[in-house]
Amino acid sequence: MAVDEKTVAQVAHLARLSIDENRVTEYADEMSKVLALAETMNDINTDNVEPMAHPTHAVQRLREDKVTETSQREAFQQCAPSVEEGYYLVPQVIE
Amino acid sequence: MQWETVIGLEIHAQLATKSKIFSASSTDFGAEPNTQANAVDLGMPGVLPVLNREAVHMAIKFALATDAEIGKRSVFARKNYFYPDLPKGYQISQMSLPIVGKGAVEVTLDDGTTKTIGLTRAHLEEDAGKSVHDAYHGQTGVDLNRAGTPLLEIVSEPDMRSAKEAVAYARKIHSIVRYIDICDGNMQEGSFRCDANVSVRMAGDDKLGTRAEIKNVNSFRFLERAINFEVERQIDIIEGGGEVVQETRLYDADNDETRSMRSKEEANDYRYFPDPDLLPVEVEQSLIDELQKTLPELPETRKARFVDELKLPEYDASVLTADKATADFFEATIAASGATPKLASTWVTGELFSRLNKAGLELTGSPVNAERFSGLLARIQDNTISGKIGKQILDQMWDSTASADEIIEKEGLKQISDSSEIEKMIDDVIEANPSQLEEYRAGKEKLLAFFVGQVMKASRGKANPAQLNEMLRKKLKG
Repeated sequence: MAVDEKTVAQVAHLARLSIDENRVTEYADEMSKVLALAETMNDINTDNVEPMAHPTHAVQRLREDKVTETSQREAFQQCAPSVEEGYYLVPQVIE
Repeated sequence: MQWETVIGLEIHAQLATKSKIFSASSTDFGAEPNTQANAVDLGMPGVLPVLNREAVHMAIKFALATDAEIGKRSVFARKNYFYPDLPKGYQISQMSLPIVGKGAVEVTLDDGTTKTIGLTRAHLEEDAGKSVHDAYHGQTGVDLNRAGTPLLEIVSEPDMRSAKEAVAYARKIHSIVRYIDICDGNMQEGSFRCDANVSVRMAGDDKLGTRAEIKNVNSFRFLERAINFEVERQIDIIEGGGEVVQETRLYDADNDETRSMRSKEEANDYRYFPDPDLLPVEVEQSLIDELQKTLPELPETRKARFVDELKLPEYDASVLTADKATADFFEATIAASGATPKLASTWVTGELFSRLNKAGLELTGSPVNAERFSGLLARIQDNTISGKIGKQILDQMWDSTASADEIIEKEGLKQISDSSEIEKMIDDVIEANPSQLEEYRAGKEKLLAFFVGQVMKASRGKANPAQLNEMLRKKLKG
């Protein structure tokens, strides 16, 4: 699958990446190569292979439903650029 | 032109766990902002989610209650999008391998017919935080207390054909999650949220029309209104030669309309992939068997039992079993009072419910509990008091802690069933009203009510009404 310049811009937007406009063609080319490499796997017959959700063949351990955390709001909010009345403040989000 | 409405619902039920789905923070509602948001909930670097066992159990219980398939191996996936109330930049959800697969529920419609609504799936996921707009001088405030609260997203098939069917289905799911005690169902606090996918098509058409997703509906009444508004809007567009756009629309209850939120075409590129922080969840048959044993009698079964064993009318049975607390209250009442199920049903759904509605209370907050209510019904059942006096007593019980017996004793409200006593009162009334007696005997039978009223008044409402009626008829005949 070849990645065009439009797709590069779209992927960058979804990931909120700022990219150099002058290098979009170069990125499209590189991403196409990466995908081509991955596509070689399409030649393998995987009919009887169970999809792998995780590389270790282990299952999830479960936690007891107990509240053990206490508020550390002061500590966490020290690294926030802006807080008020306990809220984290961010640039206005318009719905 | 004949239009057909097609509706599917996505219901987010907040699971009633004590701690969050992937962290040990509290899920209590109403805490100070960000006091229940720890490092995991905030998406701090280096943290790892650890799955809450209870959330898994609750999802399995839901599957058991809706005859749904249980995903013996389910996988968590990351749903990627950017929004300030989602600090990690992704929501942990489930995509291709959900914990609950296909199921079905039966709903009863207004005309008494039933319809089966298919469940596509239900999956576990974490809730996002809450954003507060407009309060902070042009900035948005973010409270992450809700981030990480466990949700079960219940997705229906597009099986509903009217707003009423959608509401019946939503109520049914609401009833089930409360019966099995996995969600408190509080719609105002957002514990039970309904999103509706609505489209219209020509009747008989196989292909579905383009749908709009309606969000922000926080009551069953609004769900019905929002869908009806949306159906009209879509029909108007198509009949005007336009095309419906696939989008998310917010319901605005104040103006009773839906409004476009954002185009979904771009936004729904969520790039799901299995979350490497979480291993697949495996569910053993032994756990399913164990959870099966903890399930209470479900609304459908209980309703059937009320009809078959207690001989209640279908309607009474569905009203009484729609909510577990009501059905429990009702059964406790008949057991303790010895009242017939029909008498108890009339008093619970009539007198008790109307007083609760008036006071804006839930049954669980009723000033008269099942024990005191039983005490009242016992006295009506054994004819100590009439139903009319019973209503007065219930009013007095409402504002006090007295038992029915105490009030009957104190106010001397015991019903008069002594025939000689009633006879004397009848004689006195007849004697005092000779002209009415003459008219009655001349054929004006409507005057019976007048005589009944007079004798009742003389007895201060305490005469046994059935006895009084019978004796009075005889006496009036002469």
